[in-house]
Amino acid sequence: MTKDGSALSESRSGPLWVNAELTYRCPLHCVFCYNPLDYTSTFGKELSTDEWLKTLREARELGAVQLGLSGGEPLLRDDVEILIAEASKMGYYVNLITSGIGLTEERIAAFKEGGLDQIQLSFQDSTKELNDFLSSTRTFELKLKIARLIKQYGYPMVLNVVLHKLNIDHIEQILEMAEAMEADHVELANSQYYAWAFKNREHLMPTREQLQRAEAITMRFRERLGKKMKLYFVVPDYYADRPKACMNGWGAVFLNIAPDGLALPCHEARMLPGLEFPNVREHDVDWIWNQSPGFTAYRGDGWMKEPCRSCDEKHKDFGGCRCQAYMLTGDATNADPVCSKSSHHHLIVEQVERAQHSLISAEETRPLLFYRDDKNARQFADEEKSCSEH
Amino acid sequence: MSLPPDKPLSLEKQFRFQWEPAQQCHVLLYPEGLIRLPGSAGEIIQRIDGNASLNGIIAALEQAYPGAELRQDVIDFLENAHDKGWIRVV
Ligand code: SF4
Ligand code: SF4
Repeated sequence: MTKDGSALSESRSGPLWVNAELTYRCPLHCVFCYNPLDYTSTFGKELSTDEWLKTLREARELGAVQLGLSGGEPLLRDDVEILIAEASKMGYYVNLITSGIGLTEERIAAFKEGGLDQIQLSFQDSTKELNDFLSSTRTFELKLKIARLIKQYGYPMVLNVVLHKLNIDHIEQILEMAEAMEADHVELANSQYYAWAFKNREHLMPTREQLQRAEAITMRFRERLGKKMKLYFVVPDYYADRPKACMNGWGAVFLNIAPDGLALPCHEARMLPGLEFPNVREHDVDWIWNQSPGFTAYRGDGWMKEPCRSCDEKHKDFGGCRCQAYMLTGDATNADPVCSKSSHHHLIVEQVERAQHSLISAEETRPLLFYRDDKNARQFADEEKSCSEH
Repeated sequence: MSLPPDKPLSLEKQFRFQWEPAQQCHVLLYPEGLIRLPGSAGEIIQRIDGNASLNGIIAALEQAYPGAELRQDVIDFLENAHDKGWIRVV
């Protein structure tokens, strides 16, 4: 008798996982936001409902089963109801990833009716007001209300909290809030240093002591709550000596579609130079996945250089993250410098060391941060334009 | 852990069972991904509907595949599925 296979990595000719970034509009200004710095460039170019449905249908035909609806704040679009219902009919397992802003009972009832499978609530923390936020009973009540609504409609309460230097010391309060919300799963993931978080890296990376303390507190909650509230704690990859298996390999399972229709092998790939990424407005998903230069560029291991090429771990981590390799070494075909075998690993070590000796307080840090907002994004977009014109 | 033979079994809350044309195989979908259920694995899970018990499922399979010696295989498979949190006893 055949036992289970649990493979997400069969050799296939289509994505398994589609992440639909419905919009980059968002009422929040998170300093760790992973949306592109020039996200305003997608405004006015968002895919229509029909264009989304066409794309989802094509991906589904190739075997995609998981669908994430994210953003920005996806609830800012008023066609989420339609997208959920149609995607569910197509056979997708549909996940909604939201800050909860704009989630009314009316909408959640319609989502449920349409077949939404799971809601992931992200803990809003725009850092400017973190302390107020944590202590304000009004926002706290609001959170509890949303949590109750999610449970009332039969969904597990899945909470994502992004941790960083400025909020990690509040972990006890955050976990108490999660407990009050009767969260079933809580992911406490340190921010990854891309896009806005990369701009703010200096100020967001926690110290070793902060991490140890936060992990110890998490452990205490875990021991007390057991299965009732499952806790996952993710340290920044800079603290590791092997890279993450980014996206399970380039163009292996994951297809990200940006609000303007750009198809990407990961959220961040837009930044890589010299690669043209296809748009779902111009191409079908089959061509995008199987033929487009953007998706085939780093598929498999043919593109690898040393030390990855001859490394016996290359099928475990695929050489790490292409975007991180590019951001830190200037060449996306280098090993991810998180790897201790990389000749650029010192860049990571130095950054981590710098994080240990930051002398300024949280209050002094706040004004130094780049807040993710439309004004800053337009500025980045303009800078990029003038760079490419000269 | 051993399963009671006569209690109804159902899929765990967040799991969805369906046929995947692209893979020509049944799958279980859940928030973190999917589990492929080729051949007989799909045949067994297909019969979990919130009413049927372990014994009921075995009886149904024996009827569909007369003469096959499948009792122990089904028990092993479903106990494994239960340990992994795909199914629960109602
Ligand atoms: S990280 Fe924050 S600012 Fe960025 S899309 Fe999510 S909620 Fe909005
Ligand atoms: S050398 Fe490359 S493949 Fe080997 S562990 Fe490091 S990043 Fe991974």
